[in-house]
Amino acid sequence: MEHYTMNLTLKVWRQQNGNTPGRFETYQVKNISSEMSFLEMIDVLNEEMIREGKDPIAFDHDCREGICGMCSMYIDGRPHGPWQQNTVCQLHMRAYKDGDTIVIEPWRANAFPVIKDLMVDRSSFDRIIQAGGFISVNTGSPVDANAIPVEKNMADAAFAAAACIGCGACVAACKNSSAMLFLSAKVTHLALLPQGHPERRTRAMNMVAQMDKEGFGACTNTGACEAVCPKGISIENIARLNREYLMAGLTSE
Amino acid sequence: MLDSKIPSGPLAQKWTDYKGHVKLVNPANKRKLEVIVVGTGLAGASAAASLGELGYKVKAFCFQDSPRRAHSIAAQGGINAAKNYQNDGDSVFRLFYDTVKGGDYRAREANVHRLAEVSVNIIDQCVAQGVPFARDYGGLLNNRSFGGTQVQRTFYAAGQTGQQLLIGAYQAMERQVALGNVQQFTRHEMLDVVIIDGKARGIICRNLVTGELERHFGHAVLLCTGGYGNVFYLSTNAMGSNVTAAWKAHKKGAFFGNPCFTQIHPTCIPVSGDHQSKLTLMSESLRNDGRIWVPKQKGDKRKPNDIPEEERDYYLERRYPAFGNLVPRDVASRAAKERCDAGYGVGTTGQAVYLDFKYNLINKYGKAEANKQGIQNPDLDTLIRLGKEVVKEEYGNLFDMYEKITGENPYEVPMRIYPAVHYTMGGLWVDYELMTTVKGLYALGEANFSDHGANRLGASALMQGLADGYFVIPYTIGNYLADDIATKPIPTDHPAFVAAEKEVADRISTLMNVKGKQTVESFHKRLGKIMWEKCGMARNENGLKEAITEIRELKKEFWSDVRIPGSVNEMNPELDKAGRVADFIELGELMCLDALNRNESCGGHFREESQTEEGEALRNDAGFSYVAAWEFKAEHDWNLHKEELSFEVAKPTQRSYK
Repeated sequence: MEHYTMNLTLKVWRQQNGNTPGRFETYQVKNISSEMSFLEMIDVLNEEMIREGKDPIAFDHDCREGICGMCSMYIDGRPHGPWQQNTVCQLHMRAYKDGDTIVIEPWRANAFPVIKDLMVDRSSFDRIIQAGGFISVNTGSPVDANAIPVEKNMADAAFAAAACIGCGACVAACKNSSAMLFLSAKVTHLALLPQGHPERRTRAMNMVAQMDKEGFGACTNTGACEAVCPKGISIENIARLNREYLMAGLTSE
Repeated sequence: MLDSKIPSGPLAQKWTDYKGHVKLVNPANKRKLEVIVVGTGLAGASAAASLGELGYKVKAFCFQDSPRRAHSIAAQGGINAAKNYQNDGDSVFRLFYDTVKGGDYRAREANVHRLAEVSVNIIDQCVAQGVPFARDYGGLLNNRSFGGTQVQRTFYAAGQTGQQLLIGAYQAMERQVALGNVQQFTRHEMLDVVIIDGKARGIICRNLVTGELERHFGHAVLLCTGGYGNVFYLSTNAMGSNVTAAWKAHKKGAFFGNPCFTQIHPTCIPVSGDHQSKLTLMSESLRNDGRIWVPKQKGDKRKPNDIPEEERDYYLERRYPAFGNLVPRDVASRAAKERCDAGYGVGTTGQAVYLDFKYNLINKYGKAEANKQGIQNPDLDTLIRLGKEVVKEEYGNLFDMYEKITGENPYEVPMRIYPAVHYTMGGLWVDYELMTTVKGLYALGEANFSDHGANRLGASALMQGLADGYFVIPYTIGNYLADDIATKPIPTDHPAFVAAEKEVADRISTLMNVKGKQTVESFHKRLGKIMWEKCGMARNENGLKEAITEIRELKKEFWSDVRIPGSVNEMNPELDKAGRVADFIELGELMCLDALNRNESCGGHFREESQTEEGEALRNDAGFSYVAAWEFKAEHDWNLHKEELSFEVAKPTQRSYK
C-alpha cells in the first residue's frame, strides 16, 4: 500500500455532561498518516489538546479490534463511518484524503443519553438482555455437548445472529431509534438452537416489552440498521422476531 | 510460609477427593453472604453467574460500559477440552501433560490436572447456554488443532470463540441480575481492597462517570481482572486492560507470582509507525493452514508472490519437523525474531515474516472441494476459487480484519506478521483454592499465576477463565465462607473503609496536583519501550539492571511532571489512565527484578545467558524449579518467597518439538 499524509478539519460534538447543552467545535489536525486508524487520529488530536491545556475529547473505545462493541462515533452522518461492515476502531485513515472535513457526533437516541462528548450510556441494552436474552440453565452437569446434534445450517445461522457486538449502531442509524435489529439478533440466536426452545415465547414477549419501556422506537423496515451493522446482522432477523412475537401472542394463555 | 494447600492423594484423585470433603454452606446461609467480583470477563462473569445461582449475594464490577465488553471477547481461535470427540487419542491426562510440558515445567501439577478434568464440563455448559460452536454436517461439534499439541481438541466459533463464550457467561450473569442475585456496577474501577482483621472485606472503587468514590462490603473479594500485558504499552490487550486491581491487592499483602512470565504471541500484525496505539492478533488457528516463511536470500525486496518456492525458507518446518508451523508460541516467536535479527525479515521495517495460505488453500481445501464436487483435473483458478470459499468460512473475519488494518488482501498475498505481547502467565499467587496470600481475597483467570507455567498453550486461556469461574470457585469459596456464616455485613463507615478511601482520594489529588507538562500517554509509551527492549523476547543481566534504573527514574519523572487535564468529579479518562500507568510503572520494576532473579530460560522467559547450542531455551531445574512469589515491603523493596514445584507425574525433560 502507498502511504500518504493529510491535513484535516474535524467538527466534533462537545458536551460536558448529560445536563448541559452541547455544541460543535472545529479542530485542525495535521500530518495524519494514511496508515493510522481513525481513533489513533483522535489520539493525536487529544495529545495535542492536553499539551495545550485543553480538555481532550471523551470517547468510548477498548479492544480496538472491532469486537468489544464499545466504540461508537457517528461520522459524517453514518454510524462507524464510511466503510461497510466496520467499527470506528477498524476504520483507517486511508478512507480520507488531504483537506477533507469530517463531522463526528455521538450516537443519538433517547435511550442512549450522552455521558460526555462522544460517550453515551447504553445500559438499556443490558436491561433488554436481562429481560430474556439467555437460556435458563444453571452451572452444573448439563448433558454431554454432543448429545443434542444441531443441524449445521441452523448452527451457522444462530452464529451469524450471535455475532452482534451490541454497539448500538443500528439504533443510531434508525430514524425511529429502534433497537429491533439488536433484539432480533438475540432472539434469533437463541430460537434457532434446540437449547433455546423452551423459553421462546416468553423471551420474545419480555424482551420486546423491555425495549418499549426503555424508549426505543418502533421498526418501520427502512433497513438503515442492516446497512450500518458492523457485523452484517441481517434484517431478516427482524422478520423472524416478528413471527416469534406473533406466535407467542397467539399461543399465550 | 507459602502453603499451596494441594490435597494429598494421587494426582487424578485430588480434585474429586477435595470436592468430597470440602466444607459446604447451606442455602439459607448463602443468602446472608456477600461476594464482590471485580472484572466481568470469562472468569468474572462465570463466577458471578455461578455464585448468584448458588444463592450468594453478588456485586459485580467492571470499568467498561457493559460486562460484555471485557477483553475475553477478543479471543479468536478457540477453547481446549479433553473430549476426544475426534477419536485421535486425546484424554484428560494428555491435556494435562501437554499443558505442563507447554508451560515448560513451571506450573503446579495439581492445578493443571484439575483444569484438564473440568475442561469437558465447560463445553457441555457452554453448549447448554446456547454458545454456537462450529459443527459438522452431522450436527456434532467440530474441532481444530492448536500449537503444542498433536490432537484436535480445540472447540471454536469461527474466529470469534472468545466473543461467543463471553456472551454465554454474560447472559448467564444478566439472568442473575434479573433475578436479583447479582448487582452490576458498570463504569466502576476498583482502586483498593479493604482489609479488616487480616481478611479482605471489601473494595473502594471510583464511579468513572461521576468521579465519586464508593465503599462496598463483601465477605470475600474475587479479582477477575485479567492480565497486565499493557505494561509494554503495545500489546494485543484492550486499551483499558490494566493491572491496577491486582497491584492494589499486591500492595496490601497479596504476593505476586512469576511476574516476568509474559507470552509474546508469534502472529500479530506488525507495527506500522509511532502513532500505533495497540497491536492486533491474528489467531494461532491460522497456523493450522498458514505456512510461515522468509526469503532464503537476505534483504530480498521482491514481492512475496514473485519469490519462487525454492527460494523460500519455511524455517519452522525446517527446524521443527515434528510440529512444524504448530510449535508452541514461545518457540515460534523466538524463531521469527531470530530470522529478522539475522536480516531475513520482510516488509518496510524488516520486522516481519510471511504467513502464507496459498499452499493449503490450493492443495488442502481446493483439491478436497474439487474431489467432493467431482471436478476432474481442476485448473489452478478453480482450485483457488474453491479453496477460498472454505478458508473464508474458517477464518473469514480474521482475513477481513487484516485487510482493514493493512489494506492488503490475504487471500491474494501472504500476511505479514510479527510477535507481540499477548498474555501474562504471571499474576497474583494463589493456592489450590485460588485464594491469594490475603485471606478471603481470590484471583481467577489470567489475573492469577497458576496454570500455564512459563508459557501458555493456545486455546487454554478461555479454558482456564471458565474453569476457575464455573467449576472451581463455587466449591473452594464455600470452604472459606463456611466459617464466616456468623459474620454480619460490616458497615462501610468502619475505620478501615474510611482509611482506605482516604488513601485513594489522596493519591488522586496528588496526581491531579502534579500539573506537569508531559502527557500520561507519553510516559506509558516510554515505559513500554524500556520493557519491550530489555524485558521482552530476550533478556540479559545488564539490560535488566539498566531497565530497573530507568524505570525508577521514569517513576520520579512521572510523579513530578505528569499533566492530567479536567477535574476529579467528572468523567475523566486521562485521570483513569494516569492511575493505571502509575501502577504499571511499579509493576515494570518488579517484572525486571523477577526476570533478573530467574537466571534460566523457560517458556516465554528467555535469558540470553541460558540457551542450548542450537539457541533453544535452557532450563535450570536444579536452581529454578519454583514459583517466585514476591511480597511487597516498601517502594523498590520486595521479599522473594519460593514455592518449590514437585513433578510426580509429568517428569521434567528438555522440551523438544523437533
